[in-house]
Amino acid sequence: MRPRSSGTTDRSPQSPPPAPELGRRRFLGYVLAAPTLMAAAELAPAPAATAADTSSGPGIPTTDITEIVDLNDALTLAAAPTSALITVQVNTDGTVSFALPRAEVGQGITTSTAMLIAEEMDVPLDRVRITLADARPELLFNQLTGASNTTISTYTPVRVAAAVARGRLLEAAAIELGAAVSTLTIKAGEVIGAAGDRIGIGDLARKAAAVTTEAVTAELKPADRFTVIGTPQNRVDALAAVTGRKKFAMDLAVPNALPTMVCRPPTINGKVASVANLDAVRTMPGVTDAVVISTGVAVRARTFGQCIDAVRALNVAWRPGTAASKSDRTVLDELKAAEPSMGLPSVTPTVEETFTFHFRGNSALEPNCAIADVRSDRAEIWSGLKSPIVAKQTIAARLGLPVGAVTVHVTESGGSFGRKLFFDAASEAAEASQKMGKPVKLMWHRADDARQGRAHPMATSRVRASYLGGTVLGYKQRHTSVATDLSHGFGEVITAIAAKLPVGDIGFSETFFQLSQSMPYDFGVYSRVLNETDKGFNTGSMRNVYSPDVTCARELIVDRLAANMGKDPVRFRHDALSDERARAVLDKVADLGNWGRTMPAGTAQGIAVHTEYHAANAVLVEIDCRPETVNRPIRDGVAGPRVTKAVCAVDVGLAVNPRGLEAQMMGCLMDGIAQTLTASLHLRDGAFLEASWDNYFYTRQWNTPPELDIVIMPSSREKPGGAGELGVAAAMAAVACAYARATGTMPTSFPVNHGTLSFEPKPTVPPVPASPTDGLDHAI
Amino acid sequence: MPEHTFRVNGETVTVDVADDVRLLWVLRDVLGVTGPKYGCGINVCKACTSHLNGKAVNPCAIPVKALEPDDEVTTIEGLADTVDADLHPMQQAWLDQDVAQCGYCQPGQIMAAVAVVRRAKEEGREISDADLDGIRNVCRCGTYFRIREAIRAGAKAM
Ligand code: FES
Ligand code: FES
Repeated sequence: MRPRSSGTTDRSPQSPPPAPELGRRRFLGYVLAAPTLMAAAELAPAPAATAADTSSGPGIPTTDITEIVDLNDALTLAAAPTSALITVQVNTDGTVSFALPRAEVGQGITTSTAMLIAEEMDVPLDRVRITLADARPELLFNQLTGASNTTISTYTPVRVAAAVARGRLLEAAAIELGAAVSTLTIKAGEVIGAAGDRIGIGDLARKAAAVTTEAVTAELKPADRFTVIGTPQNRVDALAAVTGRKKFAMDLAVPNALPTMVCRPPTINGKVASVANLDAVRTMPGVTDAVVISTGVAVRARTFGQCIDAVRALNVAWRPGTAASKSDRTVLDELKAAEPSMGLPSVTPTVEETFTFHFRGNSALEPNCAIADVRSDRAEIWSGLKSPIVAKQTIAARLGLPVGAVTVHVTESGGSFGRKLFFDAASEAAEASQKMGKPVKLMWHRADDARQGRAHPMATSRVRASYLGGTVLGYKQRHTSVATDLSHGFGEVITAIAAKLPVGDIGFSETFFQLSQSMPYDFGVYSRVLNETDKGFNTGSMRNVYSPDVTCARELIVDRLAANMGKDPVRFRHDALSDERARAVLDKVADLGNWGRTMPAGTAQGIAVHTEYHAANAVLVEIDCRPETVNRPIRDGVAGPRVTKAVCAVDVGLAVNPRGLEAQMMGCLMDGIAQTLTASLHLRDGAFLEASWDNYFYTRQWNTPPELDIVIMPSSREKPGGAGELGVAAAMAAVACAYARATGTMPTSFPVNHGTLSFEPKPTVPPVPASPTDGLDHAI
Repeated sequence: MPEHTFRVNGETVTVDVADDVRLLWVLRDVLGVTGPKYGCGINVCKACTSHLNGKAVNPCAIPVKALEPDDEVTTIEGLADTVDADLHPMQQAWLDQDVAQCGYCQPGQIMAAVAVVRRAKEEGREISDADLDGIRNVCRCGTYFRIREAIRAGAKAM
């Protein structure tokens, strides 16, 4: 057995008692001194506060740590000490404002947060205005958006602040209406007295304000009186999105912030050696500036089109980068060399396999971008950022400015998938603005985003399951990965609270791995280890981080175990699952998806289960791998097997907004399909070959299942779990299991089409392709 | 610098910009019309999809000099005006299905959807699965299924 500090987590089949839940609904809050009513939340006791106790004592833990404390508990724990600073403000026009210290990247948290406030205050949803807070260093760790943690960590504090506001409004109304508070109710944003007399909350906004800050208590609404939470609601920004009025960073009109792009190296992280024609490029039409920065040559021009022309015209000599001469093959060799031992061979029968997961891009559709206006004594940044505090501190240090002189505005993001945990574009924009002495609106070309942007690291996963008769005796998984950069945000959180976590002295990534991975099956003696190698790549945690790969490998092995034991894969999973909620979602998709129905040769079903973020998810898919489907003609894209149907069941405990949750599960499914079938980056000679969406094959309409059913299970807990990333793992695994069954093979390399390069790579010099001129020929 | 005159969302505009600057940048960087989004710059992602004289095109691939004074460019901002309502039926369908997630691709998706439905109607047929499979717009948030539902609903109201 390995010592605990190595990161091995062993578990016996018994489950521990569940962590204690908050039983009370009464909380402390504040009314802050302000011209109109401003209520703030007192921090809530962290649900995982007892977890630290389990870290004491020697020896091998007998339970899976994620049953006691998982990554979300860790992040919630980190968020708790500053939650008091979350404030809800009532305005004289009857609206309620809240500056959410999180990033909205499409996951719908502005909507779900507005719902919490609308619920607690009994104001209509459309009167709640959610904005994204600027970077606020005083919030310490409580401004990190990640690990599907937003709703988990803010669910109580936001409601407490709203409940404090509600209480104050009732008190102010009691004076106005000359009635006892107990006779008053709030409905649709108005306080109503026993005689039907009423006063709007806007009219009370000043009267309910406090002259000095006061501590008060507030009682939260009991769940059985919810009328908003748990009901399907459309997104609060939907109208802005469909009319083109929703503003992303590049849509902002910051005075004199002209388009700026960077001419980048032909290999990953190469550096500028010299530039032959900087002056000539400065005289090109529209170009105002061209300067060398740490990542390449930045050009600023009147339009982005002219930036593209200038980038293409630059004649740069480059130094090799951090992945010089590396290719998929050599990285795979590095991974193999770093794989930990599987230990002595088992004396009982085993199922054993090694899986390879290639590099994947986590580009959002909005490329990396930021606006920066750097002056001699101050700087202002606008960008979609999930870790704005770290961005602010780092950028201030690089610019040589005090942290307080750098203002960082968090804009709405056009997707994230992990990418916006980093602030690569904001850093570059700040550097370029400082060097040019002018504001810049800096955007990465799509080719830059694919080639030099963050990638999900290549990894192998070795699994060995031993069994006897119908019983699984042990399950080992050794995951070996190119290093994942978790430094911007999670690293700080984990460092700060490491002492409170029962994982011993292990690194960031291993901590993250151990805290995020759970084992839903009772498979006897269980252990998992993460090993990392090679820090030469720009990596990041992609949506659902380690789980899709780990789960995909595991579920394929589960299918094989079932086959060896002569058991039905659903029955086998059902009996082995240790968690009731996981069993329930499995049964739901099996039932709804008509598991086991007869299907034509070359088509099949696949099913998989995943638990994480205090939630459970099962996915059933049907796939068509017949040659006429796989080889159907698609212009500038790949067809591949078609997932023809998907059924997904999800239990997140309390689903705040079932409609939003459904949307997240749908998106996760599309990610899972892409990761199994079509989407990867090909590394060759120190560079990724992919340069656009006609090279990187994320799911498109022609890969989308025409039939889709998503079931939200009835609330199984009083509190919400995480949802934004939850569905990727089971989706990826279910598609892999279906593919295996339809083709009669065991796929061991993902995506399954990685071995065939399905496009002509674009040149790396110049680093971005020319803008086409034939747009009129393609009108429809 | 050369002047170029054409119509954008019902109004005549004249811009002073080099001949070969693509329409996307004239719209976004010169005219401040930011509904059409950049996602690739090479006519692949379709995030910039807008209409030229009623047909869906990708302005990232059209040099501004190709436009004539009576050419009508319609971006997402001008779509509702083409039906004289607060919202085009396709936008309403998008709201009804709550399609958008981050929303970045959605202006392009809606403009493409309207064109695909118009084409089917001109050919006197219903929207088919093949029509939907043929829509090339990337949605990295994976809203594809709701897009399909919304297009079917929007087509009925168009
Ligand atoms: S930006 Fe025009 S098609 Fe991608
Ligand atoms: S909604 Fe985000 S890219 Fe489509």
